[in-house]
Formats: sequence, structure tokens, C-alpha cells
Amino acid sequence: MKVAVIRFPGSNCDQDAYHALRSDVGIGAEYVWHQDRSLDGFDAVFVPGGFSYGDYLRCGAIASEAPIMEAVEQFAQDGRPVIGVCNGFQILCERGLLPGALMLNVERKFLCQNVELEAATKRCLWTAGVDRVISIPIAHGEGRYICDDETLKRLNGEDLVAFRYVNGNPNGSTDRIAGVINGRGNVLGLMPHPERATRANLGGTDGMLILKALTLIETSSR
Amino acid sequence: MGLNDFEYGRILELLGREPTLTELGMFAVMWSEHCGYKYSRPVLAYFKKYKEAMEGEGLENAGIVDIGDGLGITMKIESHNHPSAVEPHQGAATGVGGIIRDILTMGARPIASLNSLRFGPIRDGEEDASIVERNRYLFEHVVEGIGRYGNCVGVPTVGGEVVFDRRYSGNPLVNAMCVGLLRLDEVTTAAAAGVGNPVIYLGSATGKDGIHGATFASDALGEDSEEKRPNVQIGDPFAEKLLIEATLEALKTGAIVAIQDMGAAGLTCSTIEMASKGGVGMKVNLDHVPMRENDMTGYELMLSESQERMLAVAANGREHEVIDIFRKWGLKAEVIGHVSEGNTEVTRHGVVEASVPAALLTDHCPTYTPEAVVPDYYRSAVAFDISTLPVAEPHGALLKLLSSPNIASKRWVFRQYDQQVQTQTVILPGGGDAAVLAPRGTTKGISVCVDGNGRQVYFDPYVGGQLAVCEAARNVACTGARPVAVTDGLNYGNPQRPHVYWQFRESVKGIADACETMGTPVISGNVSFYNESELGEVLPTPLVGMLGVLDDSSKAVGIAPTSESGSIFLVSVMSVEVRQGGLGATEFLHEVHGIDNGVPTAPDVEGERRLCDFLVLAASSGNLEFAHDLSDGGLAVAAAEVALAGECGLNLQVSHQVRQDSLLFGEVPGRVLIGMTEEDSGIRESAERHGLTFEAIGTWSRRASTLTINETSWTLDHLRSAYENSIPSIMAG
Repeated sequence: MKVAVIRFPGSNCDQDAYHALRSDVGIGAEYVWHQDRSLDGFDAVFVPGGFSYGDYLRCGAIASEAPIMEAVEQFAQDGRPVIGVCNGFQILCERGLLPGALMLNVERKFLCQNVELEAATKRCLWTAGVDRVISIPIAHGEGRYICDDETLKRLNGEDLVAFRYVNGNPNGSTDRIAGVINGRGNVLGLMPHPERATRANLGGTDGMLILKALTLIETSSR
Repeated sequence: MGLNDFEYGRILELLGREPTLTELGMFAVMWSEHCGYKYSRPVLAYFKKYKEAMEGEGLENAGIVDIGDGLGITMKIESHNHPSAVEPHQGAATGVGGIIRDILTMGARPIASLNSLRFGPIRDGEEDASIVERNRYLFEHVVEGIGRYGNCVGVPTVGGEVVFDRRYSGNPLVNAMCVGLLRLDEVTTAAAAGVGNPVIYLGSATGKDGIHGATFASDALGEDSEEKRPNVQIGDPFAEKLLIEATLEALKTGAIVAIQDMGAAGLTCSTIEMASKGGVGMKVNLDHVPMRENDMTGYELMLSESQERMLAVAANGREHEVIDIFRKWGLKAEVIGHVSEGNTEVTRHGVVEASVPAALLTDHCPTYTPEAVVPDYYRSAVAFDISTLPVAEPHGALLKLLSSPNIASKRWVFRQYDQQVQTQTVILPGGGDAAVLAPRGTTKGISVCVDGNGRQVYFDPYVGGQLAVCEAARNVACTGARPVAVTDGLNYGNPQRPHVYWQFRESVKGIADACETMGTPVISGNVSFYNESELGEVLPTPLVGMLGVLDDSSKAVGIAPTSESGSIFLVSVMSVEVRQGGLGATEFLHEVHGIDNGVPTAPDVEGERRLCDFLVLAASSGNLEFAHDLSDGGLAVAAAEVALAGECGLNLQVSHQVRQDSLLFGEVPGRVLIGMTEEDSGIRESAERHGLTFEAIGTWSRRASTLTINETSWTLDHLRSAYENSIPSIMAG
């Protein structure tokens, strides 16, 4: 089992994801450079948070055009697991792999704090282990999930909302949406950082309930 | 340009001719206070390690603390006061960027940022409406600038302090501190070596921003300061993040002989200092410098303070290993010259614009020892008599103190900072008396904080300096860390004013003496003078950044009780001679009585050292539920902070024979509240063995919802509302 952790210039949660996957989740992980074009030998993709390309133009917009993203798109279309966290979520939305967009927080300030989340669907592997309200950190300035009415109807109708904020809506997201999946449920994007909550002394282990999903994936021998 | 006639005369003498314009600009920045420390060097010699380093092999390697396991920590504070006064967002952001590069240049990965901020009052009515509004603007945008830069660059902002006082109106203080982790066998040097080795320019291109930033920093702010906005550099945290990764990767190749960041005074400072440290020269062709505008003159190129740049010397023939890595990260990398013998020489368009022995600029800056005079205000502060003060009504007084922006929760500030990126932060802002990090690759933990109290230093500089060291040491010790080293940030007005020089000299002496007793050498620091405007000069504000080491990061102690209930103890240094009931120069006196006067109580530094030793031992037992020192606002504020952090009620009975306001709000150094589920006789005995007073003063319980101290009670809701809502509601207004 080996996860590709994509590194863009300006990614800054890449090392955190790498270490959380290897040391805490206990699976393989390797960095993949944004200019590479292949994901051969990998069983899942982790698009980490940070400020790819300095958030210039729009958060995630430039990264979504990077050479590796073609391979990520193919990987996703093949129904294989892709998770994007924070800036990674923004990149997946910009690439069109997930619906909606992330806008400036309603208070127009960066927010770093713990939030409570509930799994809003049971139809994907990402939420299978989340059987209670969990507490994990957010750290973003542009994390307010928005989409048009039609998309929202589809998200709810097709059960594509993965996570919702509970006991508050820190960034003012539409319908308290913290994370969404694609139609097949193999691609997850979420603003909170599960890779920051994998150790008791680092703010708890609730993030493991999400990341453990990666241990359930059947490894391919390709 | 900031040079006086005497200094110009000295340049003529040293060169034996008239300097060129470019040379003159180079002398002006290198001999500015910011780079040359001309008013501070004689006083900085009070710092033992500084003195030894200056007399010995230089400051460079003095700044690294061995924490075991082959790892070292380096740290430094730097001020960015004047840029922040003029352009708060960029001023603060580039302050963060600059200090991160200082750490990076040692070969260390920056793992934590802290900051210490001072502004004028932000509450309506405390000063003219326009000044209050300006203060709020500065506060909001400085915080935003620090956040924007630190969050993007991926270095967590783990701690800091914010203080408001009318003597910072017009000249806010913005000091950024950075902490880096390195392998001791991978320490780099800035000393250029190897004649013929290529000199490589790395990072962002040079533009016309920040020209003469260092001389701007070495002058008072005046009505024309607004015109100096172009002197403020623009920060690009994205470029800095790339610079960090590229530099650390390039250092691993072993192809880099020496490296230094281009901070204050840009190319001038980096070429001259690297050459001077190595006892060599450099030949630089400025035509090869990557430029944002092609029409830049040699003078502009040498003095620009464009950000996110480094200068490296590579081993001859291996420059491409370095260049390739920087280009992979999308950064500029160009050979601009080589190491030589003799003069450092810069050419532009084939014309030699400067040719000087580097040491003239680094080692021959004149020093001054101005007159120091004890001001009258000091005598009246010593004579201040608290017996004329009515005893304040305690219930309202505590609520008032908790809502004072100086004491109130700074959540509004630190929630704007990414405190967790790099996933090593064990104790977050608000969670303990200092931040604690658990670096990967070791079970050890490091604890860091920054503390300063300008009001105490103003009224008694020597004692104020001692207090800052003791407070910072106590804070890291409360988390369970042994205090090991200090970095200082020294912020004052114009040193040519005799009372300012007195404040400076005495407070540095206080810090130096306390560090000596505490066993925490000053390993690095920064001096910022001329912090004044037409509204007056700032309170003398030396800041102490403290590093502590925990043998086991999993034993870190916070301020919130974790169990349902337990017992609370007050541990105190015995031999403190309380002055003025502990009420002189306090937040209580200012906030409740509207009086700024009196002198603080001096610490017993030897006792403080024993208190720290005790706290480290107690934490290692694993039996401490929390530890929190008594600081601004005394016992009552400390107890309220524990209650709010742990969401629990406290019932305390303290029978000290002093007046009630002294008991509740007095700021007597050397006191700490600790909690245990039940009394551990080993810990009591340890306290007594360390010559400390150990008193059981009460209990906490999660089922209770009031704080009671003797006969006064407060509901947690009242306390929380005062403490948490203050700054958000001021800033929303």
C-alpha cells in the first residue's frame, strides 16, 4: 500500500501528511513532484494543504494545471482513491474533480482552531470509520464552501456531502459543508486537516478515523 | 544618509580618499545602528557570551544550543518597528521573513515563530479618537501580515505577546522571533573562503524596494515617515518557502562553502560580512544580479532590501549542483563573482563602483557611550506610597483586569496564525505558559516563549530586566522545560537622550546578571533604537525569548486541569522583599486606579532558578495536572485563567497577612500555581528541599462553576465574558 503525496511549490502540509501516513497510519507514502506525469505503483493519492504557487491567481488554480494533475485526474476517473485536504481540496475543485468552490471565510480572516465534524454520508470508504462527532483542526483563510442551488440539490440528492461542521460553522460554508465526494465516492476533498490529528499529544487522534480508510484499500500490484 | 561629520571624517581617514557614492551608501548602512550597533556595543558586552564571542571567534556559532541526540536549536529575535509603523502588513510580514532567513542561513529548518507586539491603546476614550483608530488599524494589519506570511511559509506561529500602552502610540513595536532545528554536524558558516570560489546569488530578483531600510530603522519616526513607504520592503512568503526548501536541499550536497541571507542592507551586508568574516575579498559584477528593473544603478543594487534572497559561496566547480536545485524550485541562481584576495570590489557596466577592504566596514564602525542620567520620575516612583490608595472592590476589579486588552484572551490574534503546520506543536497558544514542540527524530521537547514588560522596565530598568528573564524562565519551566538559553530584543528611544541611555544600560545589565544566575546565556539578539515619534518615545522594552528543553515531550504541562477535581498549591520563592505591596508599576494600578507609578518588586533570581529546577522535576514525575505562574494581575488573574482554561470551578483560601488588593492583584515574582489530583508528598518535599514555600490553598472541580478566593466569588460565565469578549468586541467596533 503506497500513497503518492503530491508536492507543489508552496505545499506546506506535504511533510505532515507524509509522516502521518507512514508513522501513524502505518502505510507507505512517497512524495511525487508536481512536474512528474506518472502515478505508477501508487495505490492512493494525497493532495496536501499549503499555499501552492502562493495562492496567486486563485487558491489551487495554478496547481490544478500542473503536469501531475493529468495523472491524478486519470487516477480519479479509474475509481481509485484520492484525498485532497485544505489547499488540496481547492486544487481538486479547480481541476473539476469535485463540485463547488472555496471562498474567503465569512469573517474574512484566517482561522486556525479545532472544529467538530459529522460524517454526512455512509456511501464512501472515507467516512466508514467515522461513527461519531470528531474534532480536528482547520487552518485556512479561504475555506467557505459554496456552490449553486442546482449543485447543492445534487449534492444532497446523490448523497455527496461527506462531512458537515457541527456546533458551529466556522467559515460560513453553504449548508455547513466541510467536505464533499465525487459521484463514485473515491475522491474526497475536505478543509479540516485529518493529518494533524493522528497523535494524542498533537491534538488528538480523530483524524485517524478518516485516514484509516487508506488501510482498507486493496493494493494493486500494477 | 544617516552619517554624521565625525563618521564621514573617519571614512576619509580609513580610505585615504573621498568615497564614491556607492561606497558612501555602503558605509552608511553598515555603520547604521541597525547593522553597526554603534551605541549599543559597549553595553552589550555585559552579555558574557557576546563578549567572549566578540573577543574570540565571532558570534556565529555562539547561537546554537546542543539539545542532545545530535540536534541543536538556534533562535533569534529581530525588530521591524519602523516599517510596521508606516506599512503594518508588509512591515510585519517582512519582519517574519527576515528572521526566518536568519535561522535558515545557519543550516537550520525554521520550526517555530513567535512575536512580541506593542501598540497604543485600542479602546475608545483612552486617547484621541484618531489615534485610537490608527492603533486599531496597526494592530489589525500587523497581525494579518504576520499571519499571511507565517501561514504561507509553513512555519507555525506558536506563541507571543501583545501589549497596549499609550507610549506605543505613533511607534508600535513589532518583534519577530524564529526558532530553528539543525543537526549539529551540518552547521553552516557565513565566512567566505577559497580564493576563486564562485559567489552565487540565490532567490528572488532585486528591485528598487527597501533602499536604505537599515538607515530608516536607525532614525526617529517623524511627519515625513509616510513618505518612507517606498523604504518598506514587500514580502513574498511563497518565494521564502521555496528558498527554505531549496536552501536546505542545496546544503545537503556539501557544495556550499558559506551562506548568508540578504537582510538589512542587502547585497552590501552579505558581501561585506561574508568577506570580512573569512578574511578575504570578493569581486562582484553587478551586471549578473537578477533584476526586476534593468535600469538599476550600482548604488541601488547594493542598497536594495528586496526580500527572499541569499548569497552563497560554492566550492569551485560544484556551483551547478547548487544552481540546479534552486532552479528546480523555480528560483533564480546566478554566479555574480568570486572570492578574491584584498579588497571587496563591485563593478557595474564595467565601472568599479566600490573597492574597499571589507573589514573597514565591519570592524571600524565607531562606538559611542553617551551620557546616562537617572531621571526624576524614577525617584518619585521609588517614593510612591500605596497606603494612600483605597482598597479596591475585588469583584469588579478582577472583571476589569480580565477585560483589559493587556490581560484579556488573545484568541482573536492567535486564531489567525497557523499554530500547527509541521505537526510538532504539543502546547498551543493559550494552552500553557509557553509553547511546547516535539520535533521529529527525538523524544525531547522544546519550550519557547517571549516576555517583556515595558512598564516595569521604565520604572526600574535593572529590576525590569531581571524580571523579564525570570518571567520567561518560569514560563518555560511551568511546561516542564529546563530553561537553557535566551535571545533578546532590545527596543528603546533615542540613546542620545541621557535617560534613554540609562534605561538601556541598566535594563541590559539586569538581563545579563539574571541570565548569569539563571544559567541561561544570551545567545543572540537585536537592538532597536530611535523608537519615537512626535507623540513621544516608547517605554523601554527589552524582550526575552527563552528556550527550554524537556527530556520527554510527552510530559509537557499546560495550564488547564485535566481531571475532574484535585488540589491546588501555591509554590513561592521565600526571600522576596516585596516593595509597595507588589502593586507598583502593575496592570492593576493602571487599570483600576488609572495610575502609572511605583516600582516593581525585585526577583530573587537565585530563588527563581531553584523554582525552575523544582518545576522541571515535578513535571517529570507526571503528577502535575497544570502549572501557571502568577504574572500580570497577580493571583486572581492566574486563578481565573486556570478556571477558564480547564472549564472548572476553583475554591481558594489564602491567608497571607497583606492588604486584600495586594493579595489578589499584587505582582510578586517567583510564584506559581500547580495542581495535582492528590497531594504528592514527594513533590512537597522537593519544593522544601529547593527552599520554596509550598502551600495547599484549595481545590478545583469540574462540577463547580465559580471561582472563589477567600470571601469573594465570581461565576465562570462572568469571567469568561470579560476575558474572551474584550478584544473581539473592540476590534469589531
